[in-house]
Amino acid sequence: MVTPDPTAAPSATSDVKLSVRNLTISYGEEAILRDVSLDVREHEIFGIIGPAGSGKTSFLRSLNRMDEVSDTMSVEGSVLFSGRDIHEVRNVYNLRQRIGVVFPLPVGLPLTIYENVALSPRLRGIRDKSTLDETVERCLTRAALWDEVKDRLDALGSLLSGGQQQRLTIARALSQDPELLLLDEFSIAVDPVTTMRIEDVLRDLKQEVTIIMVTNLVQQARRLADRTAFFLNGKLVEVGETEELFTGSVQDQRTRDYVEGRFG
Amino acid sequence: MRRSVGDLDRRGRAWYVDKAVAGLVFIGGISAIVFIIGIFVFITREGWTFVFGTLDFGEFFTSIEWRPTSENDPTYGALALIAGTASVTGLAMLVAVPFSLGAAIFIAEFATGRTREALKVLVELLAAIPSVVWGFIGLAIMNPLIIDLFDVPIGLGVLNSGIILGLMAAPIMTTIAEDALKAVPDGYREAAEAMGATKWQVIRQVVLPAGKNGLMAAVLLGVGRGFGETMAVLMASGHSINLPTSPFDSVRALTATIAAELGDAPRGMEHYQALFTLGIFLFIVTFCINLAADIAVRGVRKG
Ligand SMILES: Nc1ncnc2c1ncn2[C@@H]1O[C@H](COP(=O)(O)OP(=O)(O)OP(=O)(O)O)[C@@H](O)[C@H]1O
Ligand SMILES: [Mg+2]
Repeated sequence: MVTPDPTAAPSATSDVKLSVRNLTISYGEEAILRDVSLDVREHEIFGIIGPAGSGKTSFLRSLNRMDEVSDTMSVEGSVLFSGRDIHEVRNVYNLRQRIGVVFPLPVGLPLTIYENVALSPRLRGIRDKSTLDETVERCLTRAALWDEVKDRLDALGSLLSGGQQQRLTIARALSQDPELLLLDEFSIAVDPVTTMRIEDVLRDLKQEVTIIMVTNLVQQARRLADRTAFFLNGKLVEVGETEELFTGSVQDQRTRDYVEGRFG
Repeated sequence: MRRSVGDLDRRGRAWYVDKAVAGLVFIGGISAIVFIIGIFVFITREGWTFVFGTLDFGEFFTSIEWRPTSENDPTYGALALIAGTASVTGLAMLVAVPFSLGAAIFIAEFATGRTREALKVLVELLAAIPSVVWGFIGLAIMNPLIIDLFDVPIGLGVLNSGIILGLMAAPIMTTIAEDALKAVPDGYREAAEAMGATKWQVIRQVVLPAGKNGLMAAVLLGVGRGFGETMAVLMASGHSINLPTSPFDSVRALTATIAAELGDAPRGMEHYQALFTLGIFLFIVTFCINLAADIAVRGVRKG
């Protein structure tokens, strides 16, 4: 354990889950996100909004070092996750296990429903059948999917409907027991009723997990996010309490224009 | 600009080109099928009377006495020939499956850019080596090597021809297996990697299961190749009739038997017809193997 240094400047590190400083993301030579600095607090839902191509997905990818999987993507600047610089951790696989990701178009792995959810515990070396059963049921229940699939756990995940697959990927992310959950436009393929159910799930979840949620629906950010960041043209325009962006004072008029749908 | 109603009936260039191409492709496809049926009809016609007249099926499948040229008592036991082909093909797969799977995984999952392209070209070059060259390698290089290494009197046999056939089948199997792995969507890999799976875990848990039908097809086509190969096996197997009990035993393959004896068998005589019977047998077996491979690939498209 590290004892806190009494001489260090008082800071909010205790309740900051993720601290991003001067993050610049490039594809090849071209920087598509420049100099982003922001903090995400423990147990909040942090919304990210912004028009297409503003760099939201790329930002999420940089948080669990998925840039290393791509040939062209490169990242500068620092990201502290629970106080540790993610670029300095020695086991990137363990880092990624602690960060659950839900992709915009549900990527159901070519596995059964059960295997999709049991994969992460298996990767961590859990073999015990009853532990796996318990995890699968718990995560599917949390993702509001259990009742619909409990009788066909051995069917292929790809046979589920789009909305069900999306909840399956949420269940899969939860099976990692993540400390941080990254959601990228999770409701893109989901009907409004299911979207509301998932939103309820997320509100519950934030007791245990910190959530970063990219969304194209500003009203969704308003409903869910405690604080929201607005990305535009590869820059972070502003971060603030969500209600503030919609009704209070904004630092940048463009933010207000965007959330009110008067843009471009 | 207003369009006239007549436009709906006017057929332009694109319409005629489309019909012409459809016609040509149809002729091409049909003629391939006609050829295959023609070949089958030809070999069955030559073997027909023999199969349902003279041939004793019990003898054919259980006796190792292949003495078609005997003056007073010719026998047609193909068991040793079947065993020869099966043992050589079996050993060839033991060699080729790990080699080609390993190579395919390396090319599809690990190699990038230049290395990847270079390796693919190299594999295709290897696939183009004519089988007589492989047979020559078996005779001139493997034979003395096996004699030296294992201290046996002769190096031609199951071991030699199995290895040669394995090396021969590996490149084409690699190419097909690599295609199967490439057909697995990148989204699967990314999703698993984002969960913290290591490269090997991604391959083992996600890519291989997702590509298993294509990999199966690669192996089956390799087996088909092994069954049908003639020249290399003729040269490297020693070509003597034997039920092999050790890898150093010399064997004779079905294909090699046909190639070696057909020239001396007078047309229409029993011996000639017996060789065609072997041909029918080979045709049926390879047809089944290819059908199985095809069904496996179909599984890829559905899954
Ligand atoms: N793999 C890549 N190679 C090159 N450029 C890329 C790549 N991925 C994204 N980009 C570029 O980076 C910029 C930001 O893309 P990103 O996907 O992060 O945007 P986004 O905010 O998530 O957009 P959307 O709302 O449409 O999902 C875009 O201009 C895009 O063209
Ligand atoms: Mg995006």
